[in-house]
Amino acid sequence: MTLELRDLHTHFDTRVGALRAVDGVSLSVRRGEVLGLVGESGSGKSVTGFSIIGLVDPPGRIVSGQVLFQGRDITGLPEPELRKLRGNRIAMIFQDPMMTLNPVLRIDTQRIETVRAHDNVSHVVARTRARDALGQVGIPSPDERLSSYPHQFSGGMRQRVAIAIALLHNPALIIADEPTTALDVTIQAQILAVVQKLAAERGTSLLWITHDLSVVAGLADRVAVMYAGRIVESGSVDAVLDRPMHHYTAGLIGSVPSRNKRGAKLLQIPGMTPSPLDRPAGCAFRTRCSAATETCAQEPPLTMPEPDRTLRCFHPVRI
Amino acid sequence: MSEALIELREVSRRFGTPNGALSRLLGQRPAPIVHAVDHVSLSIRPGEVVGLVGESGCGKSTLGRLAAGILKPSDGQVFWRGRDRADFQAAALKSARLGVQMIFQDPQSSLNPRLRVAEIIGEAPRVHGLIGPEGFDAYVDAQMRRAGLDPTLKRRYPHQFSGGQRQRIGIARALAVQPDMLVCDESVAALDVSIQAQIINLFLDLRTELNLTCLFISHDLGVVEHVSDRVAIMYLGRIVEEAPAEVVFSHPNHPYTQALLAEVPRLENRRSHFGAIQGELPSPLHPPPGCHFHPRCPHAMPRCKVEIPKLREIAPGQKSACHLNDVA
Repeated sequence: MTLELRDLHTHFDTRVGALRAVDGVSLSVRRGEVLGLVGESGSGKSVTGFSIIGLVDPPGRIVSGQVLFQGRDITGLPEPELRKLRGNRIAMIFQDPMMTLNPVLRIDTQRIETVRAHDNVSHVVARTRARDALGQVGIPSPDERLSSYPHQFSGGMRQRVAIAIALLHNPALIIADEPTTALDVTIQAQILAVVQKLAAERGTSLLWITHDLSVVAGLADRVAVMYAGRIVESGSVDAVLDRPMHHYTAGLIGSVPSRNKRGAKLLQIPGMTPSPLDRPAGCAFRTRCSAATETCAQEPPLTMPEPDRTLRCFHPVRI
Repeated sequence: MSEALIELREVSRRFGTPNGALSRLLGQRPAPIVHAVDHVSLSIRPGEVVGLVGESGCGKSTLGRLAAGILKPSDGQVFWRGRDRADFQAAALKSARLGVQMIFQDPQSSLNPRLRVAEIIGEAPRVHGLIGPEGFDAYVDAQMRRAGLDPTLKRRYPHQFSGGQRQRIGIARALAVQPDMLVCDESVAALDVSIQAQIINLFLDLRTELNLTCLFISHDLGVVEHVSDRVAIMYLGRIVEEAPAEVVFSHPNHPYTQALLAEVPRLENRRSHFGAIQGELPSPLHPPPGCHFHPRCPHAMPRCKVEIPKLREIAPGQKSACHLNDVA
């Protein structure tokens, strides 16, 4: 097991009370596995990613729960210890590659710095490794490209450079937060191809955070669906997408235009995501759910309706 | 073609100006010129929804703005109800302008943050004399209800609404002047899936109710497939394929359309192999000669590098701009 989260709670203390961005998340990613973490804006999926590598800034803090990385509890590790892991064993890719790249430094400077931050190697060796990594993500003429600045790359190239930096130390786990959302379809496909190939070749585990169910369908092995700070359903991609059990998952799948007859009305989920400060007690989805009863005001327990599948719902979708 | 509501005939739009005499004298290098839209023809019949698809920088938004009359074409003509818009006198131009309204991608930046919703929706119809001061409130209420907004919220400001509701305000504002045609520029791109479905449903309802004509611009092929009658695919300023939606999605002809469709992630495709199309979109400042797509095209021939393929009918209703159709 590369990564395991156990009942993780990350809260943001605000003047109007604790904002429970991550409200009891448990999930696991096995070696070489791609887990898609799917949710809409404000569901807490990004904060979950940040919590894993201790990048939650105050007033946010991990209130309770554990993050286990390769069996070791890394929750609340002191900053120097975390720095040894970050970018080395666990890497992160962001939606906006300019968050990772320094705009005033050349690519080689940034990459050599990254290599030498964790490995005691010479400048020349570091440069070679940086160049090889660029080649691996499919950047043409990596030698010349090394001495360019980030603004000289296109959006898709920049994201590839960011991925190449994430790959430098051959991490066991990559957390990718909406890395292809801002990209065009053809460029997105190129990035997905690179990631797919590398994960398969090196046995790297991937936590792929996205709002796009279709990308998850094509890329992931397993999927976890997040709503209002909780994982409402998880399981293998085939099981969850073909036989959703939670009404939110079913609604999300029904909202995808290609699942519907052309020109027909889309299945829609009524209402909108509740504010994290004002969530309904019990199941947070019950105010939008057609199957909700009084029971749903209680906390739905985490159940395992099938092997390798979890669900938080009193009234699962009947198949 | 007389039945078209709007017809763009060989329109081009260039950005950047050639050097004047003085800068030539000073030996300055000419500023680069971008051919955002390059001799594009497209006509839309009343009540028809045409989807315009392309990647960023292909000129689809510029084409939308040309259709809406926000931009003037550098070359070519725009016909509105069969008459050249350039010949319109002031009054006719104003009514033609009111006839096409735009809905933008980001409702945050297209709504005035300092105006109340009632004013945002009611301002244009009042200024254009569609409603008098006495009918103002009732009119705004009706427009809000039609877009699925609660009229009791009309004293609020845009920031007090969620993203989906703001998009509804944008729709209500566009429809308030009773246009014949809408240009929707990535109108659902920034919304979450479940909210996007709500807005698409609203759009489908309004379309039936008002018999709206629409140019629906999007990079999302799934959305375009769902709402459009006809689809035009754009690449670097040119339309490369145009056909009824079901034809484009079942029998794409142009290699670019084929590649684009192959790359779209779909729920049905599990653990798919990505990456059929190579290379990147070339810079519109220096587009490749001949067919713009030839450096990335798996079927490119020597002819593609020199000769621009014409958009011509290859099957009834289906047009494509590719030399391969002459070979086969």
